Amino acid sequence: MDAPPDLLRHTTARLSEKQLLELYRFMLMNRLVEDRLGKLYRQGKIVGGLYSSFGQEATSVGSAYALRPGDKIGPMIRNLGSLLVKGIRPREIFCQYMARAAGPTFGRDVNLHFGDLQRDCVAPISMLGALIPVLAGMALAAKMRGEDHVALTWIGDGGTSTGDFHEGLNLAAAWKLPFILVVENNGYAYSTPTGMQMANSRIVDRAQGYGVRGDRVDGNDVIAVYHATARAVHRARRGEGPTLIEAVTFRMRGHAEHDDAGYVPLELVEYWRARDPIARLRRYLVVNGFASEQQLDAMTEPIRAELEADAEFALSSPFPDAALARGGVVAGDGDPRGAARLAQGSSGWLS
Amino acid sequence: MAVVTYVEAIRQAIWEELERDPAVFLLGQDVGTYGGAFRVSAGMLERFGPERVRDTPISESAIVGCAIGAALLGMRPIVEMQFIDFIGLAFNMITNFAAKARYRWGAGVSLVIRGPSGGGVHGGPFHSQNVEAWFAHTPGLKIVQPATVRDAKGLLKSAVRDPDPVIYLEHKFLYRRLKEDLGEDEEILTPIGRAASRRAGDDLAILTYGAMVHVALEAAERLSREDGAEAEVIDLRTLSPLDDEAILGAARRTGRILLVHEDTRTGGLAGELAARVCESAFEWLDAPVLRVTAPDTPVPYSPPLEDAFLPSADKVLDAARRLAAY
Repeated sequence: MDAPPDLLRHTTARLSEKQLLELYRFMLMNRLVEDRLGKLYRQGKIVGGLYSSFGQEATSVGSAYALRPGDKIGPMIRNLGSLLVKGIRPREIFCQYMARAAGPTFGRDVNLHFGDLQRDCVAPISMLGALIPVLAGMALAAKMRGEDHVALTWIGDGGTSTGDFHEGLNLAAAWKLPFILVVENNGYAYSTPTGMQMANSRIVDRAQGYGVRGDRVDGNDVIAVYHATARAVHRARRGEGPTLIEAVTFRMRGHAEHDDAGYVPLELVEYWRARDPIARLRRYLVVNGFASEQQLDAMTEPIRAELEADAEFALSSPFPDAALARGGVVAGDGDPRGAARLAQGSSGWLS
Repeated sequence: MAVVTYVEAIRQAIWEELERDPAVFLLGQDVGTYGGAFRVSAGMLERFGPERVRDTPISESAIVGCAIGAALLGMRPIVEMQFIDFIGLAFNMITNFAAKARYRWGAGVSLVIRGPSGGGVHGGPFHSQNVEAWFAHTPGLKIVQPATVRDAKGLLKSAVRDPDPVIYLEHKFLYRRLKEDLGEDEEILTPIGRAASRRAGDDLAILTYGAMVHVALEAAERLSREDGAEAEVIDLRTLSPLDDEAILGAARRTGRILLVHEDTRTGGLAGELAARVCESAFEWLDAPVLRVTAPDTPVPYSPPLEDAFLPSADKVLDAARRLAAY
């Protein structure tokens, strides 16, 4: 795959030094959280599968960073970075992956399948595309109430083949909803390359068909992703309708940790390794004098220390009591999570 | 006097809820300008405007998904399926997104999905189905089906105010055939989860719902007239969660249970009802639990075929006689 020829040129005009460093920190944290998760996985501490966004950190962080509190997100399996931007703490992610009672779903659901409406996050379901109509509905609610919030979700190249992609984007377009769809074109849907998924793998071309604005960006350039999203947000708030952003990136790991991705040609991996989004921002920051190598290096240790404490917290947290398997299916059926929350001495992470 | 039809009661319920709560809105195909395929939303666009009475693309999954998203933020959407048969296109959204949200992450989805169901109007295989069993198996969903004009209004108003997803199945055969005086100023709210006894009787009990309530009542009258046996008729009204107290109470009072539904037989609700009766009221039973249902075929179109498909008063009477004589 060649680098896309028509990437948006970016400018840092609207990003301060502080913001640039924040973007760097979120991407770094994204990667370090997943590093720590990988270690836990190899130690057999993670009950289910582990999904990595290694190499795609810019698409999650850059787009979520262009939002403000009140704007809703529907993160998918590789959008861990967006959760961090929205204020989700690593210990919640660790507890959730490790199926502990202290996790945001109390052990009821897997990996990043949790949500917190107080922090603008919707829990995804495994069926790809479903978040598109749901987030469009959140955009509709904002519009009906006269609020200027927007809603944003992500989909992979493979997920664009679903009916919900079509139905959701078409409905959002027809109703001019303040909705943003970031398509992470990362080359593969599990083992199926994009070229076998669709005849035209320039996904941005579809925007015109739906009558929405389409932008194609280098998904490994966090500043480009940020600016494309910021423009889309601006348009959405002004009532100009949805935007489809195709972020061209690459999935550097297998579909999940169990998958060695032997079907991916090594030269493709090497091509994209040279375009690692964190290394690229780092170079940019240093070359343009926003930070020194030492300053950036110094950011790692405090994050690692925090993650170590969070991992310890999760490791020492109990598995849920069997009583938590039942209740809370419908309102008023004796949801045991209220009691569990009190037992944790916490106000609870759920809204 | 305020004599209204079943379909008018549905219209009134939506109208009143739109008036009562600004979070309530209606969305579906042709519900706005056209006023709905069955005129359920006639006049609503003019009164409540295009934001709250929304014509949608032909995208059942996106319509329900969009309603879920709005509901998560506190709106109270009412989705109209033009025919309930089309609800299958939104199956994933309903069973995986809406139904599981509270259990998984504590997010209640207050959502009503309603639409015309059932046969008897020669609609053919795709405009006549009963879909309750598709959804009764999914925890987290409530399912209601009114058999009377009063419940058509009362169950819908309760559904709109319910904090969880409710599938409201209206029987199109009853739309203009049923009429009832609902009075003038009374607020009608039928509790979800409660069955109602429509006829008293000690010899056996018929448990049924929807249009079949009227078929069962006709059969019970004939049984009384011709055989001198008295059948209680229970209208379940809510199909999920089932009213165990009413179901088991009928079994204990009469010892003979006849289950009637218009839906097809295998995997239909009658199987679940029979299991509950056998598990919890076996020692009161004097006879095996019997079922009268549609056969395991699609709903056929031609009148003689559809008549053969649908449970009739004759079929119910025949089963009731066998049960009473056991």
